[in-house]
Amino acid sequence: MLSLAGEEGRHLAKNNKPRRFYDYSLLFCVIFLMAFGLVMIYSASSYTAQLQHGDASYYMMRQLKIAMGGLAIALVISKLDYHWYARFALLAYVLSYVLMIAVAFVGKDSHGSRRWLNVGGITFQPTEFVKIVLIVLLSVVITQMGRKINSLRAVAAVVILTVPIAGLVAMNNLSSGIIIVGIAFFMLFVACEKKWPFFLCGALGGVTVAIAGPLATFLEKIKLLKPYQLERIHVWLDPEAYPMDGGFQVLQGLYAIGSGGLVGKGLGESIQKMGFVPEAQNDYIFAIICEELGLFGAVSVILIFLFLIYRFMLIAANAPDLFGALLVVGVMGHIAIQVILNIAVVTNTIPNTGITLPFISYGGTSVMFLMIEMGMVLSVSNQIKLEK
Amino acid sequence: MGSNQTQHRRKMTLLCFLIFSAMIGLMGRLGYLMLCRSEHYSQMAEDLHERERTIKAARGRILDANGVVIATNRTVCTISVIYNQVKDREQVIRALCRELDMEEEGVRKKVEKRSSREIIRTNVDKEIGDRIRDYHLEGVKVDEDYKRYYPYDCLASKVLGFTGGDNQGIVGLEVIYEEYLKGINGTILTTTDAAGVEVENTFEDRVEPVAGNDLYISLDVNIQQYAEQAAYETMEKKGAKRVSVIVMNPKNGEILAMVNVPEFNLNDPFTLNVEPPEGITPAGKQELLNQMWRNPGINDTYEPGSTFKIITAAAGLEAGVVSLEDRFSCPGFRIVEDRKIRCHKVGGHGQENFLQGAMNSCNPVFIDVGQRLGVDQYCHYFEQFGLRAKTGIDLPGEAATIMHKKENMGLVELATVSFGQSFQITPIQLITTASSIVNGGNRVTPHFAVKTVSGDGMRVHRFTYPIKEHIVSEETSATMRYILEQVVSEGSGKKASLPGFRIGGKTATSEKLPRSLKKYISSFIGFAPANDPQVIALITIDEPQGIYYGGTIAAPVIADIFKNILPYLGIEEETVSSESKE
Repeated sequence: MLSLAGEEGRHLAKNNKPRRFYDYSLLFCVIFLMAFGLVMIYSASSYTAQLQHGDASYYMMRQLKIAMGGLAIALVISKLDYHWYARFALLAYVLSYVLMIAVAFVGKDSHGSRRWLNVGGITFQPTEFVKIVLIVLLSVVITQMGRKINSLRAVAAVVILTVPIAGLVAMNNLSSGIIIVGIAFFMLFVACEKKWPFFLCGALGGVTVAIAGPLATFLEKIKLLKPYQLERIHVWLDPEAYPMDGGFQVLQGLYAIGSGGLVGKGLGESIQKMGFVPEAQNDYIFAIICEELGLFGAVSVILIFLFLIYRFMLIAANAPDLFGALLVVGVMGHIAIQVILNIAVVTNTIPNTGITLPFISYGGTSVMFLMIEMGMVLSVSNQIKLEK
Repeated sequence: MGSNQTQHRRKMTLLCFLIFSAMIGLMGRLGYLMLCRSEHYSQMAEDLHERERTIKAARGRILDANGVVIATNRTVCTISVIYNQVKDREQVIRALCRELDMEEEGVRKKVEKRSSREIIRTNVDKEIGDRIRDYHLEGVKVDEDYKRYYPYDCLASKVLGFTGGDNQGIVGLEVIYEEYLKGINGTILTTTDAAGVEVENTFEDRVEPVAGNDLYISLDVNIQQYAEQAAYETMEKKGAKRVSVIVMNPKNGEILAMVNVPEFNLNDPFTLNVEPPEGITPAGKQELLNQMWRNPGINDTYEPGSTFKIITAAAGLEAGVVSLEDRFSCPGFRIVEDRKIRCHKVGGHGQENFLQGAMNSCNPVFIDVGQRLGVDQYCHYFEQFGLRAKTGIDLPGEAATIMHKKENMGLVELATVSFGQSFQITPIQLITTASSIVNGGNRVTPHFAVKTVSGDGMRVHRFTYPIKEHIVSEETSATMRYILEQVVSEGSGKKASLPGFRIGGKTATSEKLPRSLKKYISSFIGFAPANDPQVIALITIDEPQGIYYGGTIAAPVIADIFKNILPYLGIEEETVSSESKE
């Protein structure tokens, strides 16, 4: 299906410019996802936007502008050599600490959490910045370690680099903290020779989820879990028992998904978006996709993401060096985790936590930084030399 | 580095495989939710989105014998608030308090209650509803609705009854014919958004309401109004507590008028028709309201007194124990066993025949007739005339007869019953029994309802009522008509006579219990024309001041009513004097 060049030369011949690969299918896939996202944002938000802002396309237009800007930036980045920005990694890492501390003190409140920072008139969520910085930094660090990465000390170094900043993020935004840890986990998994510690961690996580109910009750009894957290677990296990309180959003999402059936109600025909699913254009946009486009549409969206991940894997496997491969793995981890967790939350497979669906959910910062990441992946792909 | 790369690639492939597995797992989860659980969730979602609104059915009207509307519907408003849509709660509370004249506390509680729709007040006048609508308050709904309206206010208030907040009948004909009048409510199912606003262009299910049936009754507004006027005049003139008049067709039991003054305003049934005493408790007021709504003609029993002599006479004649020429002697009392029972005329009526005894309303004569019948026979006729059972009138709460048990009845009790004392019946029972005796002997069922007609006029339901034939013979009936005509033309009921009309009747003056209070009920029962009764009327005056004799104060009122309604009913004045007839 794909004719990707396999072996690349270790030494680049600078005088004789070889033909470079550029992953257009990835680019168009991303553009398609964003365009689809804009349509769905319009569909999901037009009713409430008309009521709240008097403009049905309020959210879509804002997202459109940022998406266009993001696309331009991505195209510029994709033409840069990705080794160039590796040198800023440490500086950016320090900056991300500064930003996260700043947001804790001078951040803007939204929905009860401080997540927004206003720098020179531009408001954005620094957590998105942290994700990208960590991907670059870990790629640099792991590449420099070389074979030493298999030692316990090296792993400990990676953990020390990741966990404090992830903890800082998690204070205000638990799900972003989880994503940051997840990205580091994925990158280590690829870099290290051993498999079993990772599978052990994965298995432990699976068991925890399986026995979450009794475990949470036990943890609450020994005061490790606060009562409201325990309630969240209970809501997750049986949302219909808590229709008005914690279960409201989850249940409304399930109503939307269930109403979709096989082929959905048709684009624009969702009822749940009319204020039943809170902020339908954000985290729960996938529920609206299910309601309007049915199982058919929902599976198609997942398949597009699968294709995206497949492309990442090909680029990573053929990257000119480990650094490039790790960059792509980081981005792949980021997107895969967000897609999986978002759909898992919306389908009430895991407890509710705010995670957006990449490229589709409404959110300027998210789209902007995702596009920067795409630019990075494309630039890695652009460094692949094609065989004659 | 080369082996390292191969290892990295393997790991990447493995990672990719794991991500694929997770996503395929989620697809499975989605498939389960959207196919297996689809019905469950879409049903729950539909329940959430759909709002059922009731379209009230118009209640059937009530029309009189001439088709005059006496109970109909008027548009009123229901004021409610929808919590999610209210913007400025304080403004809403202020406006509603001002316009509806309600306490702020109660309104505030309702406006601030988290519910999809909270009704503030029902049955608000359309003008006030329009005014509230003009405020254009967000979240305040003014829904139009029907309310019962009685164009004649007080007319036959205790007969018609009224309806409650949900337009359901509470008392009177309104409650008896509820099933016919109420109709079937319709519904609208609409889809709404989370704020409860209806979504346009969505599928709407609509079930049209079916209007209630119109009820046609035998009551005649003209006769009712005239009788009411006469009753009010009498009540005022005599300082009486209450005056009741029943006008009926003795041939079929159709009631033409039923007046119980003081009446109350049907359009405002929760306001007392008398000044309430100072510092009345809510329970006390409710008791007074219940009293006000009572229909004494049906709900209350009394000792009929001398009017009951009609029954004793009919029983005596039917059994053949007495005839018109039988001689009696009245010394002013009669001794029965050890008791001395007085006649109303202290000196006694002396020698008299049965007809004269009836004309004089002489107690000893009727005691004798009763004694000749004996307890067994008397009770037999009491039962045969239908006095033990209820009349079966189509009004709620008819009181039962209070009568001695046959085995407890001695000669003294028999003697008192013979002239209408020591037991109690309702006025409607008396007039129904008297009708049956003078109409040829057919026990009729008194009633109002004639027919119902569906809202579209397509379906008509006629009511039929049982008639028990031959409770007395035609001959006895004719004799009774003759006796009662003589009572009016020359006897104690003289004041009921009307030149040119043949009127029969009987007076009564009943002492209320306890007798020491010296309170009376004066009554007169009269019918016309005496030879072929087409209308019969009973008046009872409760506790008149001053002169209390039925023959003096009750009889003239019936004469006055007859004077007006007989020509109206098409009963021609006769030029021949009444004496010429047998």
